[in-house]
This record gives sequence, structure tokens and C-alpha cells, in this order.
Amino acid sequence: MKLSGSKALVDSLKKEKVEVIFGIPGGMTIPFYDALYENSDDLRHILARHEQCAAHMADGYARVKGVPGVCTATSGPGATNLVTGIAVAHMDSSPVIAITGQVPRSLIGKDAFQEADIVGIATPITKYTLPITAASEIPGAVKTAFLLASTNRKGPVLIDIPKDVFVEEVDMDADLAESRLRGYTVRSGEPHPYQIKRAVGLIIGSERPVIVAGGGVIASGASGELAKFAELMLAPVATTLMGKGAVPEIHPLSLGMVGMHGRGEANDVVAEADLIIAVGMRFSDRTIGPMEKFGQGAKIIHIDIDPAEIGKNVRADVPIVADAGKALAALTKELASLGSKRGESEWTRRYKELKGHYSSNYKEAAEGLKPGQLMKILRDALPGEAIVTTGVGQNQMWTALHFQVLQPRTFITSGGLGAMGFGFPASLGAKVAKPDTPVFNIDGDGSFLMTEQDLATAVSEGIPTVTVVLDNRALGMVRQWQCMFCEKRYSAVDLGRVPDFAKLAEAYGAEGVRIETYQEFESAVRRSLRAEAPVVIDVPISKDAKVLPMVPPGKGLKEVVWHA
Amino acid sequence: MRDRGRGRGRDRDLHIIAALVEDKPGVLFRITSLIRRRGFNIDTITVGNTEREGVSRITFTMLGDVRTVEQLEKQLGKIPDVIKISELAPGEAVYRELALVKVIAQDPVKRADILNYISIFRCRVVDASKDSLVVEIVGSPGKVKAFQDLMRGFGIVEMAKTGIVSLARGSKGTVPPE
Repeated sequence: MKLSGSKALVDSLKKEKVEVIFGIPGGMTIPFYDALYENSDDLRHILARHEQCAAHMADGYARVKGVPGVCTATSGPGATNLVTGIAVAHMDSSPVIAITGQVPRSLIGKDAFQEADIVGIATPITKYTLPITAASEIPGAVKTAFLLASTNRKGPVLIDIPKDVFVEEVDMDADLAESRLRGYTVRSGEPHPYQIKRAVGLIIGSERPVIVAGGGVIASGASGELAKFAELMLAPVATTLMGKGAVPEIHPLSLGMVGMHGRGEANDVVAEADLIIAVGMRFSDRTIGPMEKFGQGAKIIHIDIDPAEIGKNVRADVPIVADAGKALAALTKELASLGSKRGESEWTRRYKELKGHYSSNYKEAAEGLKPGQLMKILRDALPGEAIVTTGVGQNQMWTALHFQVLQPRTFITSGGLGAMGFGFPASLGAKVAKPDTPVFNIDGDGSFLMTEQDLATAVSEGIPTVTVVLDNRALGMVRQWQCMFCEKRYSAVDLGRVPDFAKLAEAYGAEGVRIETYQEFESAVRRSLRAEAPVVIDVPISKDAKVLPMVPPGKGLKEVVWHA
Repeated sequence: MRDRGRGRGRDRDLHIIAALVEDKPGVLFRITSLIRRRGFNIDTITVGNTEREGVSRITFTMLGDVRTVEQLEKQLGKIPDVIKISELAPGEAVYRELALVKVIAQDPVKRADILNYISIFRCRVVDASKDSLVVEIVGSPGKVKAFQDLMRGFGIVEMAKTGIVSLARGSKGTVPPE
């Protein structure tokens, strides 16, 4: 059958069960949009106001739904605007498919209008890039892109299509598409029995085991296996930022987040452990501090689906290249078959004691509304399945420290790249994925101002998420560092006159409210749960409010600062 | 107390890594981009086609500890265009490089000396003018380096090297057939 490149692309996307595309059209993608026109019933297009937001929306959608999110942009500036969003997805192993238009084949390399080498630009921040040179390649490329994005360690894939390829008509059948990649095998995810035996040996021999769960546990859908394993071993569970939600944070074995802004008890327990069972995490610097100071007194079992993560940052005593869920299930099975089950011990008393010991340390010193208290109010007001996204900076770390996540895929944040502006568009993608679930974006004023123009998208497309702006009129995290490490020499962190966020929301046709007290905050949150339009809740807080505790840069996990 | 950040082995050992990759546009870019991005320090890199249609062979050499080399292999292995990657132990592989050396040879006495060295090193003259000689030398990197050091004394006008190519010893291929 004769098909145009555009039609083949649309057919191939539908074959991959794509329901929604986030994007902005432009000169080089006009033929693609022409094909979308007649498919708008079963392939929804959400028109973003900035391509960066389109990419973050696709990412938020992917993380909530667990399937690839698709975004699209035209060539040149459209494509380069996607870059931050693609890089976020890459750092956090999120399956995002980016489709970019390119100048016609005859003009490539000639510095044509709106030409950018997006394949060159995106190669280091994607799992793969697929530059298309003929329409007949499209069905296979789409199949390859979805396969790569959603298997093994997940990640973004970019497909770059020249304009004349969109209109080229050739005989092809999207149903017969084949992906031909000799260098890529989809892993079974099954752990090696020998490594499981070795790991079990270490576990049985350990006195002070701790589990550190990362985003891989969530990507693998392994929360159930994690809880079973932890309960059998009575081993406490700390999570990385990306791992938040891997275990319900109200679980008696949950310690919360470990790392630079981790909870005191989590950092202490990880530092005191004699066995660290790291699952689906990559020992990032923000999680472990200086590599030479980490895990000195402990053995390490490292479970990850990506073999390159084993030994990259930290040397493991037992490497297990496997899917998190399958590895945890195998460990549990092996331990249970040996009749190994732990009871209360010195160690279980120790971590309970630490949890109690630190509970009074989380008092917040600054004047005015305290972010930790706000997070508790929010948690109490929201159902367990509510989804929370964050900006980047203090707002993100306060949420990570104080907002207890109860289910996987309900805490969405830019962990690896730390891209300010992520929270709001990610909340829109999340809401599109789960329209009946409340979605809250906890943001900072600086962060929100980077992507707030997509309130226009939220209003026009009817995507009612709620944004809580922790409004301190400053770039708070940098300000905090300047306070703590630069003798209060505040350099370029004062945002001066920030907009009236309530009025800003109204200007877009959203609802805006500014609150001054905890009671007002609570009622605004509860009201917003019933709102049909997007809501912005402006919450003024002190410039001097700090994220504490903090492990200062270069220090080990035990060298926590509680006051600043 | 162990430092988990550091690698094993001496950090100046020679490692030879062979990769079979798809012979298509952009593959070399993906590979060099990764090497640069992750800060690997490659000594030599050679690329050429193989006995198999559509498959190129890239040979890297690098000086580094075992852990760094393992990381390079694993990271390269993640590129979908890399079909197979393996390290060749120097003791179990043959490896050669080729150099062309243009050396000043004006003075008849020195010219005779150079020709003498050429015969000792079993290399050959591929071009000659009254003032200079172009010498082709093929061998292990050590042999090529020794010859280069000798020629430096006479004055090297310019020199070009291919980098190292390598095959495993014995009848087995680096990569089993598909």
C-alpha cells in the first residue's frame, strides 16, 4: 500500500498504542500535523506553549503510566527547546519518545533556515537517536524507538524526520515493521543464581543490613517484592530521591530519603550498616556523598538492570545484573527456603531509636509558614493515590523530606538533571495520564516562573492540576548555600518583585489564591480538589527558611548539619 | 578501610579493546561522543571494515586500570550499534601499528646510518629525495616507538601513525559467528 511518511508515522504510533502526543507544530512538521488532523479522535494532541514543557509533559505522563510518553517539535529551535526535557528523561531513565522535524534532505548540512543538528545534540542525552533518511524507514524506526525506550534500563529516544520524508510516498505496511538491532538484546531480568547465593550468604552473615531503594524499584514495579524482602529480613529501607514511593513511607521499616538532604535517621542507618543492599539505584553523588567515604565499613550488594552501573561509582561485593523485582523475589525465595527470618535485634532497636531520636530535630527555625508543616497538612488532605510533582531546589527537597509518599509512581521529580521548571508541565502530563487522580505540583517561585506560560495549555486543554508555589522571592537553594558556605554574600539570588501568582493564574483563566495561614492553606487545598480549572496556591514563606538537615558538600553521611 | 571509589590494577597498563559495530553513518560519532563525555582517555583508535558485510571493527587502546577499562567496555556496550565488544589480552593477541616517518637524510654519512637502522628494524624506504627518506615501519607499538626515537636524532620532518589493530591468537575469532 502506498503511504506517505506522515501517514506511516501516525499508523506506527497508533500501533504502539499511543493515545496522546504533546507538542508544538512548525514548518518542518506541517505534513505530520496534517496527518494528525484526521486522526484527532484516537490520537489526542496537546498543544504546549513551549517545547520544553511538551517534553516534560511526555515525561510526567510516562512516569505515571509506565509507558512511553511522546512529544514532538519542529526542526531547529523547536528541537533544541526539547533538549532540557530529553536530558531530564535520560538522567531519570524515563521512556520518552521525541519526534523532531528536520529540514529537507537536500538542505541538510547547508545551514538551512531552522536547521539544527538535533541528532548530534541529542546523542549524549538519549538512549538512541534515529535519523530518518527515507519514508520506508519510519515504521521500523518507530518500533525500534519504543522497544529501546521501554525495555532494559528505560530512557528517551529521538526520531528525526526531514520534511520531504514526511511527504514521500512509498509502498509500505506499518503492520510489517521490523526492528533490526543486532547490538541490543532485551534482558530477561532474571538474576544469576550464583550471585543470588553469594548475596544470601552476605545477608545471613550480616548484623546490620539496610536496603537502599532507587528509581529502578519503581520502574520495575517491584514495591511488593521489596516490602516482602524487607519484612522477612526486618531490614530498614532508605530510598533515593528517585526511589521515593518504592515503599510506603509510613511503613515501620521506612527510613525516608538518604543523601545530602536525606533524613537524619536514613543517613545514620546507612552509615552504620554492615551490609548495604542497593536496589535499582546508581550511587549518585547527591545520595552517597564523596565516593571514598561511602560504605567503608559495609559490604555492598548492588542490584541493577544496567550492567554499566555496577562498579561505575562504587565497587560492589556482589553484583546482580537483574530486574529489581525479579532479583528481590529470588533473594526472598532463597532466604525463605533456608528458613532465614530475622527477629528483633540490637539493630532493629538501633534504627527505631534513631527514628525517635531525630523526630524532634525537624523543627523549622525560620519565621512564618514552615514548609515541613505545609507538607504535613498537604499529606493529610490528599488521598494516598494523589500524585505530587516538584520543581527543583528547596521546594523539591522539602517535599522529599516531609511529604510522605505512599504509593509508587505518585512522586514525580527531576532527580538526576535537577531541571527547574519541571514540576508544572510534568503535573500536566501526569494528569493527562490519570485524569481522575488529584495532581499537585509543589513548586518554588523561581522554578515555576521558568514554565508557568503553560498555564495557557492547562486552561485551554482542560487539565486541572494544582500548583503550590512556595514563594520566598528568592532562588532559595542557592541562597541557602550562599548563607551557609559564602558568609551570606547573597549574589544574584533575590528575585525582586515576583508576580502576584494568584493574579497571574487568573490572567490565564486559572484559579489563583494567596494564603497566609495554615488553616487557609488547608482549606485552599481541599477546595482545589474539587476545582474544574487549574489552581495556583501562592504560599508566602520566609527567604531564610532552609532545607535541613544537610550533609555539606564533601562530607560523609554522618556529618549532618541540623542548624544554619 | 577501603576506598570504594578507586580501581584495581596498575593505572598505566595497556589495554586493547576490539568492538564490532554497525557500518553505518553516525556510529563513530556515537562512540567518540561517549568516550569524550565520560572522560575516558583513549590512546589510539582505528576503524576499518571487516570480513563481514555491514560490520566495522574498531580497535581502541588505552592505558588505565582494570575498572576504567571495564567501564569503557560496559558503556560502549550500551550503544545499540555496538554488536560486540571484547578486550584482547596483550599476551593472547597480535597487535601491530604502521608508521610513515619522513626523516632528514642530507648528509651522506647520516643517510648511511639511517639505512643501516632501517635494515636492523626490518622496515623499508617507500620514498626518497636527495634530502630526505620516507620510511614505512610496521610492528608492535614498542618497536615503532624505538625506531621513532632513533630517527628523532636525525631530524623527523613529519610522521603519521595508524594506531593499533589487533586480532586474537589462535583459530578462534574475537566474536563467534552469528
